[in-house]
Amino acid sequence: MSTPFYVSPQQAMADRAEYARKGIARGRSVVVLTYADGIVFVAENTSRALHKVSEIYDKIAFAAVGRYNEFENLRIGGVRYADLRGYSYDRADVTARGLANVYAQTLGTIFSSVGEKPYEVELIVAEVGRTDADDQIYRLTPDGSVVDEKNAVVVGGNADSIGSYLGQRHRSGLGLAEALKLAVDGLARDPNGGSPRTLTPEQLEVAVLDRQRPRQRKFKRILGGQLARLLSGDESAAAEDEGDASADTE
Amino acid sequence: MEANLSGTGRLPAAFLTPGSSSFLDFLDSHAPQLLPGRRTLPEGMTVEAPHGTTIVSAVFDGGVVLAGDRRATMGNVIAQRDIEKVFPADEYSAVGIAGTAGLAVEMVRLFQLELEHYEKIEGAVLSFEGKANRLTTMIRSNLAMAMQGLAVVPVFAGYDLDLGRGRIFTYDVTGGRSEERSGFAATGSGSVFARGAMKKLYRDGLTGEQAATLAVQALYDAADDDSATGGPDLARKIFPIVTLITEDGFRRLDEDEVAAIAVTITEQRREHPNGPQAPLL
Repeated sequence: MSTPFYVSPQQAMADRAEYARKGIARGRSVVVLTYADGIVFVAENTSRALHKVSEIYDKIAFAAVGRYNEFENLRIGGVRYADLRGYSYDRADVTARGLANVYAQTLGTIFSSVGEKPYEVELIVAEVGRTDADDQIYRLTPDGSVVDEKNAVVVGGNADSIGSYLGQRHRSGLGLAEALKLAVDGLARDPNGGSPRTLTPEQLEVAVLDRQRPRQRKFKRILGGQLARLLSGDESAAAEDEGDASADTE
Repeated sequence: MEANLSGTGRLPAAFLTPGSSSFLDFLDSHAPQLLPGRRTLPEGMTVEAPHGTTIVSAVFDGGVVLAGDRRATMGNVIAQRDIEKVFPADEYSAVGIAGTAGLAVEMVRLFQLELEHYEKIEGAVLSFEGKANRLTTMIRSNLAMAMQGLAVVPVFAGYDLDLGRGRIFTYDVTGGRSEERSGFAATGSGSVFARGAMKKLYRDGLTGEQAATLAVQALYDAADDDSATGGPDLARKIFPIVTLITEDGFRRLDEDEVAAIAVTITEQRREHPNGPQAPLL
């Protein structure tokens, strides 16, 4: 009978963290920024079918990087959690804080359980509030830690370099076009100091949680023509009618 | 300390099981006690509970109108004067419910959630037929209760984005579904009278505003002959709920808009208590 090698708990955890980190670092980044009317999510994603940014509930959205099947599973779990909670209590009782807690427990349990491989995902759960002071952004790492973030957050490949770029330039009260431009400039940066890439609207997945939206559900994808106009700096495109935006998708 | 493998905090396995996009299916596997269809009454018992009454619906050019009166009755007693029985189901459809009020409201909440849940999970909206079929399933699961007097009978109306027109589906207690191709429909205790009124007043090519007036006329006639249906209550300022669904989505008329229609109709009925007259030939 062979004796298994002894691995210290510290080493085992460090190995798992390293494994998860590497998986996440392979993917493109997602940027989440606050702006005057809410929170904008910008992901580099050429796929129209596989989303990195999604709606969870009225005021709550979800962004993720890493392994698609793993974060998709967590997204569906989050939607079920939110809908069940809203049905059992009230729509107002579904909060990003509660959801972040559940995700943290789930990720943390998987991370430290010997039988399972750690999830290679990093998540952002954000909730738009009535005023910008009430906006909440939580970042969740694969080991189940929750970080309460402000203003600008980046997860994925070059998170550190993009994060410091955004941190220096973000200010409160940005218009949507300004915030979007800042996010895209961040994503386009070359971590090795080369000249920035050019990102076209087709390479971007953009969505907002807009507190000014007259409906109960504040999440909205920004697509096609509206995205192109916003990227070219046309701030008036932010207020475009829903009908126009959805017409662009057809 | 023991690692937490099963208990508090972590999402239970049912939440992370891939497969179904239906909230009802999820409830069925994870929390069946929350499904209305799982409840049963003791054999031979009947319960007296508030009943909602008349719902009318009519297709017009570019959309559909769905309206309901505001009365709930319990036997001969008026249980509520300002009940709401017409609800948006999603952006492009609405459901109006006659029958046991408590169950109906619960069913509507669940139906709204079912459509929203599917939309969020799939990233796409259900087809119009698909929505109508989900409602069938929900009514069918209530059949046992319906047999004991707690029936729920909805009208489902909306704008079909694929076909580009308004559509109406009516149901019976067994979940039997039929599309109303005549352009108008009614359900509930006053539906016989409302349908008679609409038969004479309905025509092709109505505008949204005319369709709203038609709906209020039909409800007026229903209230005229059915004691369980409430007419416009000018003293208390309680008016029917009138909703329009068009290409631009669901819109519930303001109280002022409905009041204007209801007051005009009431004024005219002072002269002609039976309302507008259709030609004999």
